[in-house]
Amino acid sequence: MLLTITYTGESATDLGYLLYKNPYRPQMFELNHGKAYVFYPEVSQQRTTAALLLDIDPINLARGKAGQASGGLFDYVNDRPYVSSSFLSTAISKVFGTAMTGRADERQALSDSPLNLTAAVTMLPCRAEHEKLKRVFEPLGYEVIYDTFVSDENFPNWGESSYVNLTISAKVRLRDLLKHLYVLIPVFDRQKHYWVGADEVEKLLRIGEDWLPMHPEKAYITGRYLNRRRYLVNMAYERLASANADDGEIITAEPESADEARDKVMNLNTRRLGSVVAALKSCGAKRVIDIGCGEGNLLNLLVKERQFTHIAGVDVSHVALKRAAEKLKMERASDSMRERVSLIQGSLTYKDARFSGYDAAGVVEVIEHLDIARLAAFERVLFEFAKPPVVVLTTPNREYNANYENLHNGSLRHADHRFEWNRSEFRTWALKIANRFGYTVQFSEIGDADEKYGAPTQMGVFTLCE
Amino acid sequence: MRIEIPELAVVALIGVSGSGKSTFAKKFFKPTEVLSSDYFRALISDDENNQRVTSQAFDTLYYVANKRLELGLLTVIDATNVQKEARVSVINLAKEQNCHAVAIVLDMPEKLCKERNAKRGDREFEGHVIARQAEQLRRSVRHLQKEGFRYVFVLKSEDELSGVEIVRTPLWNNKKGETGPFDIIGDIHGCYGELCALLEKLEYTVDKENFTAAPPHGRKAIFLGDLCDRGPDNISVLRLVMGMVKTGAAYCVAGNHDVKLLKKLRGSNVLLTHGLDKTVEQIEAQSEEFIAEAKTFLDGLLSHYVLDGGNLVVAHAGLKEKFHGRGSARVRDFCLYGDTTGETDEYGLPVRLQWANEYRGKAAVVYGHTPTPEVEAINNTFCIDTGCVFGGKLTAYRYPEGEIVQVEARREYYAPAKPLTDKPVLNDDVLNVDDVLGQKYLATRLRRSVKINAENSAAALEVISRFAAAPHWLIYLPPTMSPCETSKLADYLEYPAEAFDYYKTHGIGKVVCEQKHMGSRAVIVLCKDAETAAKRFKVNDGSFGIIYTRTGRHFFENTETQNNILMRLQNALAFSGFWNDLGTDWVCLDTELMPWSAKAQKLLEEQYAPVGRAGRSGIDAVSGAIKKAIAVLGESVDNVEAMPGQRVDLDLLLERYQKRADALKLYTQAYRRYCWDVASIDDYRIAPFHILATEGKTWSGENHIWHMETIAKYITGTDPVFIATNHLLVNVLDENSVKAGVKWWEELTASGGEGMVVKPYDFIAQKGSELLQPAVKCRGREYLRIIYGPEYMLEGNLLRLKKRSLSKKRNLALSEFALGMESLERFVRGEPLYRVHECVFGVLAMESEPVDPRL
Repeated sequence: MLLTITYTGESATDLGYLLYKNPYRPQMFELNHGKAYVFYPEVSQQRTTAALLLDIDPINLARGKAGQASGGLFDYVNDRPYVSSSFLSTAISKVFGTAMTGRADERQALSDSPLNLTAAVTMLPCRAEHEKLKRVFEPLGYEVIYDTFVSDENFPNWGESSYVNLTISAKVRLRDLLKHLYVLIPVFDRQKHYWVGADEVEKLLRIGEDWLPMHPEKAYITGRYLNRRRYLVNMAYERLASANADDGEIITAEPESADEARDKVMNLNTRRLGSVVAALKSCGAKRVIDIGCGEGNLLNLLVKERQFTHIAGVDVSHVALKRAAEKLKMERASDSMRERVSLIQGSLTYKDARFSGYDAAGVVEVIEHLDIARLAAFERVLFEFAKPPVVVLTTPNREYNANYENLHNGSLRHADHRFEWNRSEFRTWALKIANRFGYTVQFSEIGDADEKYGAPTQMGVFTLCE
Repeated sequence: MRIEIPELAVVALIGVSGSGKSTFAKKFFKPTEVLSSDYFRALISDDENNQRVTSQAFDTLYYVANKRLELGLLTVIDATNVQKEARVSVINLAKEQNCHAVAIVLDMPEKLCKERNAKRGDREFEGHVIARQAEQLRRSVRHLQKEGFRYVFVLKSEDELSGVEIVRTPLWNNKKGETGPFDIIGDIHGCYGELCALLEKLEYTVDKENFTAAPPHGRKAIFLGDLCDRGPDNISVLRLVMGMVKTGAAYCVAGNHDVKLLKKLRGSNVLLTHGLDKTVEQIEAQSEEFIAEAKTFLDGLLSHYVLDGGNLVVAHAGLKEKFHGRGSARVRDFCLYGDTTGETDEYGLPVRLQWANEYRGKAAVVYGHTPTPEVEAINNTFCIDTGCVFGGKLTAYRYPEGEIVQVEARREYYAPAKPLTDKPVLNDDVLNVDDVLGQKYLATRLRRSVKINAENSAAALEVISRFAAAPHWLIYLPPTMSPCETSKLADYLEYPAEAFDYYKTHGIGKVVCEQKHMGSRAVIVLCKDAETAAKRFKVNDGSFGIIYTRTGRHFFENTETQNNILMRLQNALAFSGFWNDLGTDWVCLDTELMPWSAKAQKLLEEQYAPVGRAGRSGIDAVSGAIKKAIAVLGESVDNVEAMPGQRVDLDLLLERYQKRADALKLYTQAYRRYCWDVASIDDYRIAPFHILATEGKTWSGENHIWHMETIAKYITGTDPVFIATNHLLVNVLDENSVKAGVKWWEELTASGGEGMVVKPYDFIAQKGSELLQPAVKCRGREYLRIIYGPEYMLEGNLLRLKKRSLSKKRNLALSEFALGMESLERFVRGEPLYRVHECVFGVLAMESEPVDPRL
């Protein structure tokens, strides 16, 4: 909500010229979601501070301007009016637009030279580890200081809030400081107030052209700025990579420490899907159904296999299915592809005639998302009513969690996992199911096996007895 | 000529072009009953004579015909039908739809047809086309019956045509006009003694000597077949049933044993197994006359009856819905043998599909055939063969009472091929996705038909599948509640006057104001013990109750916490004598569970506390900066002309920020009031406000004062966790009473209370046939800070917020209330799980409808 910029140096009041804002004249600007004010809390020859106050109208924010029934983008109880978010970036570009270009008619020389500048950002939502603040700003030459706050002093056990008051100081050109703030403030916030579209990539590249390609955290910054929309990120990656093609640098996935585990998992995911496809192929199935297909990662592999003449994906989430359809490009698929692939909204706990008639079913990393009490319904829906001749089922091996650094004292791999089984629990369950519904089951492990804990994923292939 | 056709049939008009089929059809059938090939040619190609689209036209015609017949509607196929191939399609249609095919042949003189065709002008038929058709027709007529037409009528001249009268006769199995009451009796298998005892128990006057029995006034017996074989006295059973049917005291449907006996009596070579030997031995000792009579009787037995306006179906081995009221070999076999797969089990008996598990029809189906130790009731089907001849019981099902009357077998007359306990698995544990997905219209007692949109049920499917507790527990979801109309007072968004006014203008005099506790809605289902849970809720995991949220989710992730609370409730109820006094061993309560933070912790940590934190600290920082800037300006001299907006009054700005700072403090106080740390069960508070249902009864017939007092008497007061709800009875017609109500609310909310809920005195309130809001909430000013945001009362914000529309919310509230009451009603009446679940699912689906969440 508040940004101050302090210039320390000879005739510090020249900050007014650089910003095109008279230190003795508090001004107001109309913006889309409210107003911005510029005033100077401190004016002297040695030290001058300009303040940009962003005054967001909380009611408009929640209702939309006309108070339309569908409402605005936000809840009434919202931190946006009180924090420094992408709204502040917008305000910077609107109010200090000229300064950002570096044009400073009477003080061009000053504008072109690095100055002792300090920026203070009030209430910056910082969901990442605070350490990240340093790793993002220090490579740009800033000294970084920040204050943190408890969430509610009356309830100390609710912990720290995500907000920091951030102060960065450096000898830097004003235009660069503004550009850095413009790009980096939204990087630390999770929400963005405008829809991320392709033009955002252009904007990022333009404003970051002088410094982003060299930044060691560029992947992180790009990813966060673009709100982690993967296809956009890839586009930005490619463009950045080609800009650096001469030094042979290739941009890879986010090299974030907390994400290393995830990287491993992604790798694991590929191997897991590979194993499932292999199992489905080797049983000779022609018609296959992926139960709990999510966004269609497995489906995408299955369609590449000519052996499968009919491929169905089932998920309970309408949104996931929409994403799957996008990934499979169903909209413009050929007639034969459309006949071959079908996407079905269905539930694992409701009997469904549409699940029947397949040679094999894949149930990949699905059962652990069911409450254990609802597992009984799933067992009957799949093994008793749908009764495919082959079921390929995978689930995490809890023992292996010991190898994940960020999984402490029994926490599970995913927030939505209701349970994770160790190897013996899985085997006991699988054998019970096989016995009850007339299947045999063979077990295997997926991923690099650990001597003590086994592999990260366990797989059971159930085959219906003749 | 009098043409009698069954009320449900496929009627094929057969005749050459120009023979007058369409004119005939128009004269004797409704326009919608007649599907003409010309019409369908035109429908798909704009030209009724376009022969090139004949095949597509017939595809479409048969598609429509199938839909009509599925709905049980007579359908006339108006095409030449002179070729055998064309008629095969008609016959197949009739077979597929399990109804009769009727042929009406217009065999008019060829000359007449040619003349007519010539007159029409739009047809380019050469004369030889008609001649060829006429030739084909001539060759066909004799074979029509053989081809499969059950009834064939041939009209040969204009004269004959003009004398035609078409009469539609009810199907033989249609006894919809018979409303009962009935006593339906299961498989007797020659157990004459038990049969007489059962009839006497049912208060029939039995004359054992003369083999007749007279029913008590107005009643009628229905025998489900399998009268003979295996038992001791087959002849007497036959005589009695024949006698009763003859005098109109009973109906009887055919069983597989009856059919086999008939075959034997007709001289077929059948194996004398499964007890038939004994029957044959006994019957051969009877007079010729009796044997002839028995043959006629058995031959006349129908496979099933549809009774009481379609609400009751009886058949020996049951009948799935699409076969009700139909007639075909397939239907008959189903009635006689059940839904068999053709395979046999380890006892050599046919494997049966469990059609009853899938049954979703409105008619109660009462049947026998498969002996089980007890009556098997599922999805409105009742298997009442309790294996009398195997030493079990002879059972009667009294319709419509649903009462079971039984007599024990005097002994085991025949050893069962497989133990009775090895019965087919009947269960409704697993719901069918078709029960919930897609657009639905749910009939409820309070609102005739509640529509559920497909996209809402899709959303609900995800929520219920991912998060909800087992459907067996979810017998109710609470409806949404609308606020009162927006207040006209300047400083209030909501005020009691409007709440009282709503009921006053809708003709309600007395209302009950209940304190609105600020916690989370919690529905509690509690059983006296785990056995009750298993028996009544079919929950077999040893649990004895549940606490769930308004979306059907377990309130507590930790089962132990839930069970500890439930046990304390059990103790409270046992102590107060609740179970005895209300004659139940389970109860469903609507409650509010506190603190709010118990469920809203995440919301508090991720939204409420951060907003307060950012607001307080952010605004402090801004105020500090403005103060400094004011000081800077104080020293300065700025004489330059300023443009509008270019010289902001910082004093005013500071003042504004101080007001914002105060608002943020009040907001923070507001949410803090509803939070406290929970160290043990003792820190929870639960305020029950409705006793929704107990065994066999919903309590929506009792007024809200009764609910408050009964809750105070039996539930609250002994254990501090369970608290009573402050309430006040207000007469909205009495000014003083209204004033007292307003004052009560003001006091309640001034101290930070959430507000109150105003309910009509009666649980279900109506104005004429219009259902009224079951409750209207009126929230306090302090509380609304956490709904409309910290600054909702600043700077004219209130004025903007007052523009809100309640109509959608109110409509949802009514539909959801109707569904909630319906699900409870269905549950207490013992209706199938899917019937309860569809209502519960419906409430959740409606909740996914986009509506202003602050209302």
